[in-house]
Amino acid sequence: MKALCWQGVNKLSVENVPDPELHNDQDMIVRLVAGTTCGSDLHLIGGYIPAMRAGDVIGHEFVGEVVETGPGVRRHKVGDRVVVCSFVGCGRCWYCANDLWSLCDNTNTNPGYGQALFGYETAGIFGYSHAMGGLRGSHAEYVRVPFADYGAFRVPDGIDDVSALFVSDSVPTGWMGADLAGVGPGDVVAVWGCGAVGQMAARAASLLGAERVIAIDRLPERLAMAERYAGCETIDYTATDVAAELRERTGGRGPDVCIEAVGMEAHSDGPMYLYDQAKQQLRMQTDRPTAVRQAIHACRKAGTVFILGVFAGAVDKFPLGAVINKGLTVRGAQMHGQRYIPMLLERLASGELRTAHLATHTVPLDQAPKAYDMFKHKTDGCVRTVIRP
Amino acid sequence: MKKTWWVVPVIGAGAVAARRAWPAGSRSGGKPDDRWLTVTINRPVGEVGSGEKPPPPLDRFGESIDVRTRPAPGDRGTELAVRPAGREARQRSSSLPARMSGQDPRQELRQALREAKALLEAGEVLHADTPPTTRPTPAGKLLGLLNRRSGGEGVL
Repeated sequence: MKALCWQGVNKLSVENVPDPELHNDQDMIVRLVAGTTCGSDLHLIGGYIPAMRAGDVIGHEFVGEVVETGPGVRRHKVGDRVVVCSFVGCGRCWYCANDLWSLCDNTNTNPGYGQALFGYETAGIFGYSHAMGGLRGSHAEYVRVPFADYGAFRVPDGIDDVSALFVSDSVPTGWMGADLAGVGPGDVVAVWGCGAVGQMAARAASLLGAERVIAIDRLPERLAMAERYAGCETIDYTATDVAAELRERTGGRGPDVCIEAVGMEAHSDGPMYLYDQAKQQLRMQTDRPTAVRQAIHACRKAGTVFILGVFAGAVDKFPLGAVINKGLTVRGAQMHGQRYIPMLLERLASGELRTAHLATHTVPLDQAPKAYDMFKHKTDGCVRTVIRP
Repeated sequence: MKKTWWVVPVIGAGAVAARRAWPAGSRSGGKPDDRWLTVTINRPVGEVGSGEKPPPPLDRFGESIDVRTRPAPGDRGTELAVRPAGREARQRSSSLPARMSGQDPRQELRQALREAKALLEAGEVLHADTPPTTRPTPAGKLLGLLNRRSGGEGVL
């Protein structure tokens, strides 16, 4: 079959690779209907995520059709149209049982990396390095889905493929940020980043009762999307002082909840960006936490900062003093998708959530390397590119 | 420079792993490594087994290992702990080359402990996709070696 392979830093190619096989009883094989580019793939493609091997198949956000099931699969049958959570959970360890699925104890086949880097390993994720599980990615014609009863969800008939696709990762990631940050009625919520995850976090905050939601980015088309589809106010950070703007809009208090949906390759227009770039280039820090710093400084006293963006290692100039002296709650997590996907499919079916607008471009698998280039450089208004095998 | 960025975190992780892989005796002034390797299994004690009857695949080690179980606090299941039986066996601290070549008995024990947990909780041990990659390179082969050792290393 054809698949998109990582061949080295900033090198992708479409190759012929062996078809996936059932390796475990609880596996199933899914024929891809659609996948999508994700901002977190850019960290991986750019060499910021360790333990990538030339020839690895990437991709983790997808929808498809079941073509084969292992003998241990009970909830799916051949022909089902399913959306699959990007993180793989066994469903029965303490973390899965407590709805903390991205922390599953049993789905990372290479636990040594995570234990060395983080103390404990994460769950496995499709196509996201050997450190994050060693599972093949979904930018291919077929993909093997381990623990399929727990990670795959049948798509209701009324939901089209592209809308369902984003429920695989970006929608539950955004929802989780608002949910675990404790967003509730009366809150003012600021969201850094208006990519797919940021837009979904903003929409989730509204649906969870936030009084006002303010989304921050620099790209006009993304800001316009956030206004139109998430119903929020926006700030172009290149046109104003974000902290001052947030103070003014919140009566001097600052946002109750700040959600960072940017990640380790944050951009900004200040001298701190140049500093972070230099430190990252010299490998004196692995990640650029520009948006995290802003969020911590802007947050009101005793507020909550939730870090949704992907970070891999160590950062510099983390404002710990602000966290302590303002009494902030800082949380972060990879996506516990299985916890939210059934509810999100219902909200999608009811029209409360809309996702199709995120798919600004569609390409066949053969053109996936070019699609990632466009996505990385955000040309032609690209927010997400749908890749169809 | 940019093309080799990825090796930095790998080397960092490798250095941490190597530090942990270094013979425990040499870190602790010659004391044997008496530490238990432990996991917490989200199943009741009665399902996990006991020192006399450890769960598979630990049962294959027979009397060459010590096994103990106890309830985990807060309804978190059962703590299962193992270590090589006898002070002499534990004193056989291995070298880094032995660990890299997969010759350290504690690696095998760690791997088996993880597998016991997976079997009891999830009913199976998840296998990685094969072949793991389609393009063999020297760096990829090194990574493949680290991957093969990964299940035998770590914080257990």
